[in-house]
Amino acid sequence: MTAKGPEELSRVGYEPPPQDWLDPAVDFGARKGSWSYPGTVKSLTALGLPNPRAWSPSDADWKLPENWEEIVRDGFRERLSKYRSLKLFLETCVRCGACADKCHFYIGSGDPKNMPVLRAELLRSVYRWEFTGAGRLLGALAGARPLTPDVLKEWYYYFYQCTECRRCSVFCPHGIDTAEITMLARELLNLVGLNVNWVTEPAANCDRFGNHLGIPPHTFKENVEFLCDELHETTGVRVHPSFARKGAEFLFIVPSADYFAEPGIYTFMGYLLLFEQIGLDYTLSPFTSEGGNFGLFSSHDMIKRLNAKMYAEARRLGVRSLIGGECGHMWRVIHQYMDTMNGPADFLEVPVSPVTKTHFDHAASTKMIHICEFTADLLHHGRLRLDPSRNDRVRATFHDSCNPARAMGLLEEPRAVLRAACRNFFEMPENTIREQTFCCGSGAGLGNDENMEMRLRGGLPRASAVKFVRERHGVNTLACICAIDRAALTSLMEYWVPGVDVAGVHELLGNALVMDGEKPRTTDLRNRPLAPEGGGPDA
Amino acid sequence: MKATKVLWPLSLVALLSLVALLGAQVPVLNPLFSVAIPYASAAVLVGGVVWRVTSWARSPVPFRIPTTCGQQRSLGWIRPARFDNPSTGAGAAVRVLLEVVAFRSLLRNTRAELKPGGRVVYAPDRLLWAGALAFHASLLVILLRHARLFFAPVPAFVEAIQSVDGFLRVGVPGLYASDVVLAVAAAYLLGRRLLDPRLRYLSLPADYLPLFLVLGIAGSGLLMRHVYRADLVSLKSFVLSFLAFRPRVPSAIPPLVALHVFLVSALAVTLPFAKLVHLAAPFLSPTRNLPNDSRARRHVNPWNPVIKAHAYAEWEDDFRDKLAEAGLPLEKESP
Repeated sequence: MTAKGPEELSRVGYEPPPQDWLDPAVDFGARKGSWSYPGTVKSLTALGLPNPRAWSPSDADWKLPENWEEIVRDGFRERLSKYRSLKLFLETCVRCGACADKCHFYIGSGDPKNMPVLRAELLRSVYRWEFTGAGRLLGALAGARPLTPDVLKEWYYYFYQCTECRRCSVFCPHGIDTAEITMLARELLNLVGLNVNWVTEPAANCDRFGNHLGIPPHTFKENVEFLCDELHETTGVRVHPSFARKGAEFLFIVPSADYFAEPGIYTFMGYLLLFEQIGLDYTLSPFTSEGGNFGLFSSHDMIKRLNAKMYAEARRLGVRSLIGGECGHMWRVIHQYMDTMNGPADFLEVPVSPVTKTHFDHAASTKMIHICEFTADLLHHGRLRLDPSRNDRVRATFHDSCNPARAMGLLEEPRAVLRAACRNFFEMPENTIREQTFCCGSGAGLGNDENMEMRLRGGLPRASAVKFVRERHGVNTLACICAIDRAALTSLMEYWVPGVDVAGVHELLGNALVMDGEKPRTTDLRNRPLAPEGGGPDA
Repeated sequence: MKATKVLWPLSLVALLSLVALLGAQVPVLNPLFSVAIPYASAAVLVGGVVWRVTSWARSPVPFRIPTTCGQQRSLGWIRPARFDNPSTGAGAAVRVLLEVVAFRSLLRNTRAELKPGGRVVYAPDRLLWAGALAFHASLLVILLRHARLFFAPVPAFVEAIQSVDGFLRVGVPGLYASDVVLAVAAAYLLGRRLLDPRLRYLSLPADYLPLFLVLGIAGSGLLMRHVYRADLVSLKSFVLSFLAFRPRVPSAIPPLVALHVFLVSALAVTLPFAKLVHLAAPFLSPTRNLPNDSRARRHVNPWNPVIKAHAYAEWEDDFRDKLAEAGLPLEKESP
């Protein structure tokens, strides 16, 4: 973790620095802990990305290509003509400041350039200089400044200090979306080889192996089979997933962390139990062993490239439709980009629940539904038997993941599952949930160790809300529907709110789900006794 | 740099005022101040807005990226947020309308504060919403009231607005509520920029300039109504001739009229090129004006690029031995 303790880290100064914000200087050496290591030669080469080289942000020379200025300017111009969003968001801000204290990184760091308005101004100032007459004529008076290597370095620092969570865009009276600004700024940075290895390496792995972690197909199968054995021990039930089976009704795609590490594996166990119990005709494929898409954190072209596998594999296997697991940014891609980029999915059919016969018409074109939508529908029709008392040691609250909340509106479905599976459920304060939810601070490719201090700072508003319900209601479990959350919130809780576990919604469902032929359950999916000594925190 | 951010636009407005006040004293400049500058600024305004809106309209919307601020429409038994997360075009239109007339997003505003011990607390902060709404609404009312100078006879709605706006019945001639509201709101908007260190840090001269212009315009207007009365009859006859493109250049321009018109011209000229283009934003922003229906209906990107992705066949070739060993199905059996 970081050398600084919670006491020190939570003392934040909000007084702006003496120098004007147009001054781009960032001292990377002094700010260790708040930036990420750049993409390696290996990962850039594998993806065919420009300017692969060994370098570090703390170096004076970033080894930019000779004509870097021209590349960035042309790339900027091209994107202005391709995205109305960019043009509009650069031209219509009135700097009213409503967004300023909506950013978790600003609240946790006090750095004024983490105010969404100033983050965007970093790009706007160059836009004014390069593309407007007034900017060129009046310079700093018009808030314009030329593109220099220092500006590029500043962009690197601050656009890899935004998690594209879109909380600010909820509050902006003009609907300016900093995620869009950050995405396009990162595209410009990528043009000259300025990226983060925690994005490029997973993307390269995903392209080659089929998942971010670089798990080869046989290991994928072994991992899943291992989890099946574990489930057999815990529940006495043998589950039967299939692999790349042609003609299955559904192709099921999950984020790779779900079959790789704790606590994601317990969520995966929940999926397996659910599908076994209802006898779902589904298959998993090692070719699409990743739901996440780190293209979202580098470029639109990369989103399309990595996402293409989903429809390609669905077509090859001849499935009817798709179900996706619990993952945040994966669902932004599926919901807002997949059909546009890689559709039309006219070879698939509108998803229908084989159990309840519900037609999921809201996915009539994309043909992919979220597992929470699928499960909430089963529960609503009373088609699952649950024993929520098995979760009585759990006192849960729910963290809305940024993308399902603000790029989709998946708010009630996971709550319906959670309320059915768990008798002790408490909401965090309303300014910190649903569309106003706070980011874990580690999204958009920033969840690496070297960036830990900034992650913890960014996670402070979320942690503070969890602490509030922990003190008030004894909450000990933070439920969520995102793989990055499951990893990131675990570190975040350890640091800010010890004693709170992080669990996927389907893990809690798996605990409560009564399976045909199961043995009397004495432990939950984590092999913890169902009711700890004393009968749980309620007793 | 910091003080100049305020002083520069302030001096510019002062300079413009001086030019107008002095210029009006020179009869030979009358055609310039009464006719040429107002026509030119109107032309710049219209041309600029047309150019700006076309440039936005011409740029494509490749992806459907609404910011969803409520429950999606999914399962029949879950109530969707029809306007904060619209699933239809009509719902999105209402969302835009709420944004335009009620400043819906600004109404959500909160103030976050970090307390000792890492506790973050939030308080509703509707002052900015109220100030912004008051500022824009009073500007609209004042603009509509001015329509009495543009039409003969005066339209009934203008009379109605004027009589409601004058409900205070204070002084002779009566004080308009919209004038008071505008003055208070503009002072608030300026005050928060100057006093809040965070806002002062991020504000640009371009943020102060329109506020100073509006304050100058409003000040000269109030003076003309309440202190140095303008001759409305001859003013209106000039305005009508101006609008009919047969301007009769007045023999003398009262200094306050010259100042008022000159500052309005200056504001009009900046409108299409400065931050004032923000009035188009809520109508055009893809985070607000599109329904959240991208899974139900396909959104087409007009420039959807062809991207080569890793094909299954290559992937299978790459891992053939491992796949076979693990008993995973293959498209092409191993040789």
